[in-house]
Amino acid sequence: MAFDYDKYLRPGKLPHIWCPGCGHGIVFKGLLRAIDACELEKNRTAIVSGIGCASRLPGYVDFNTLHTAHGRAAAFATGIKMAQPDMNVLVVGGDGDGVAIGGNHFIHACRRNIDMTYVILNNFIYGMTGGQFSPCTPTGDKASTTPYGNPDPTFDISKLAIGAGATFVARTTAYHATQIDKLIAEGIRHKGMAIIEVLDDCPTTYGRRNKFRSVVDMMKRFKELAVPVAKAATMSKEELEGKIVTGILHREERPEYCEQYAEVVKRAQNL
Amino acid sequence: MAKKVALLQGNEACAYGALYAGCDFFGGYPITPSTEVAEVLAKELPKTGGKFIQMEDEIAAMASVLGAALTGSKALTASSGPGISLKQELIGYACIAEIPCVIVNVMRGGPSTGMPTGPSQSDIMQARWGTHGDHAAIAVAPASCQEIFSETVRAFNLAETYRMPVQVLLDEINGHMRERIELPEPGELEILNRQAPPVSPEQYLPFDPSFGDVPPLAAFGSEYRFHITGLNKAADGFPTTKARLVDAEERRQIRKVEANRDKIEKNEEYMVDDAEILIVAIGTISRSARHAVNELRKQGQKVGLFRPITLWPFPERRIAELAGQVKAIIVPEMNLGQMILEVERVTKGACDLHGIGRVDGEPISPSQIMDKVKEVC
Ligand SMILES: Cc1ncc(C[n+]2csc(CCOP(=O)(O)OP(=O)(O)O)c2C)c(N)n1
Ligand code: SF4
Ligand SMILES: [Mg+2]
Repeated sequence: MAFDYDKYLRPGKLPHIWCPGCGHGIVFKGLLRAIDACELEKNRTAIVSGIGCASRLPGYVDFNTLHTAHGRAAAFATGIKMAQPDMNVLVVGGDGDGVAIGGNHFIHACRRNIDMTYVILNNFIYGMTGGQFSPCTPTGDKASTTPYGNPDPTFDISKLAIGAGATFVARTTAYHATQIDKLIAEGIRHKGMAIIEVLDDCPTTYGRRNKFRSVVDMMKRFKELAVPVAKAATMSKEELEGKIVTGILHREERPEYCEQYAEVVKRAQNL
Repeated sequence: MAKKVALLQGNEACAYGALYAGCDFFGGYPITPSTEVAEVLAKELPKTGGKFIQMEDEIAAMASVLGAALTGSKALTASSGPGISLKQELIGYACIAEIPCVIVNVMRGGPSTGMPTGPSQSDIMQARWGTHGDHAAIAVAPASCQEIFSETVRAFNLAETYRMPVQVLLDEINGHMRERIELPEPGELEILNRQAPPVSPEQYLPFDPSFGDVPPLAAFGSEYRFHITGLNKAADGFPTTKARLVDAEERRQIRKVEANRDKIEKNEEYMVDDAEILIVAIGTISRSARHAVNELRKQGQKVGLFRPITLWPFPERRIAELAGQVKAIIVPEMNLGQMILEVERVTKGACDLHGIGRVDGEPISPSQIMDKVKEVC
């Protein structure tokens, strides 16, 4: 039976703002399937975002939704989770939002290992503002502010998350649509900070400047470059150059932040 | 029954005032001279099951406060100088999204890192206009430790009543000075709480103007699911660019303060009835001014003090009235002329106006004010 997305959509809020062919819609659907698989209760779930095309997602869905300021979603979400540790807290947003302006909040949310699920939609560009380069734009690529090619080195979001202390880190692409919901669901079930990086496409501001004739071309590239973690383990560093390793990249058990704070409360009260 | 008394620093009195008001969430980032507010709450909040979190910067601290406040918490942050500058974008978010919260600003010299341990009153205008865009503002400026306690309680009440951020302005002097204060018993000071929406979840709109200028705010996590954005929005909370809807929302948010000035404003008048010279001063400097008034009265000079306790909205009607009565107004302030601009605006030349400014990290002394009064007479 076809999946019933409607039960999670807010009536009257569609059409969405995304361009035809935008990868964000694919991730959006994956997120809803994951939420459904985890049977999250609407009243007890908050979805928080920053600013950008990706960050418009919460407005369309029937949960407690918070469209914050550029880069600040993880910090707002931390306040919600601290105040209401029993709520399910999800964060969604773009690459620029998450690891440029929001980079500091991103790494500290990972470090605290606070129990939330952060789905980061990495289209390697500032889509909403018309295609300026982001920290995730590949070196050499064209953006509206790198007309001669991007001189900046590129951020690896998943590596950053692992380094910062996230206890669940997974990556996939918009081409691998059925993997998106599985990884997000795993992330939701994980106790602690779960980062799910989904590489997706912005045909409007990135694709057209970088010689992708169509969305299909961009999807093909995701298909060609993706290497599942198990296979990647058998490959050399040279062979992995330029590839996108997909799947669960990292998982560990570490005390969760709200639980640690509950211990603080106990110590304070037993004085 | 004997009152419970304590010897408290202003910053400590602020923290205990917050607890008295029911504060159950603090998000902060250390900065002199505000840090003691955080230190007291780090110790006290867990004892009552409240939440304390030290965030990675002041922006995050402000964000955490807003997230917590949306779940129903009474949330506080405290900072100074550069930290307050960092919070500005999200203070604007609290304005447009109408999220109750309290921000303590223990003012220090600036701009930039300025004088971390030097007193200042140079955020008077920042407290009004620090964030971009049109918005209403409420700020209180207590003078004594006792008043810091009670005004912090009032700040929470105002935040909850008008569903907006409220700032408490202290400075390095009254934040760090110690005074004996009488701790009010529970129930002695009024505590106001958010009202649950009087409609069913199906009917609830987070910015419903049919409830008046302050629509009730539901809590995230309850059965009232809603959407909050920093974009201009319609009554249902969703973004809109429809001119009529944007205009109505913007005006309502400003009107909710303007139309309630009489309930929000609070001033102290000291020997103003027959005054020919009026001193307008806030916070620490109002204490120097009171001393100056006492001394000058002994010498037969008709001098009075007008002290805005609510700094914003500015007590414009009363100051305009007094301007018609006195020969001159003197505005001593630890900056180079901020509050005086507001006095000038509201008095419209009805009397002479003189400022005393100081930005060298020293307070304005009573004798400095007395000299000015004599010069003016
Ligand atoms: C403080 C602040 N700075 C800049 C902006 C402008 N701005 C809006 S969205 C955006 C980039 C969004 O890019 P990303 O997060 O990658 O999301 P995408 O649009 O690509 O999905 C920028 C720079 C802003 N809204 N706020
Ligand atoms: S500009 Fe790019 S990211 Fe934004 S909606 Fe269009 S395709 Fe998607
Ligand atoms: Mg992007």
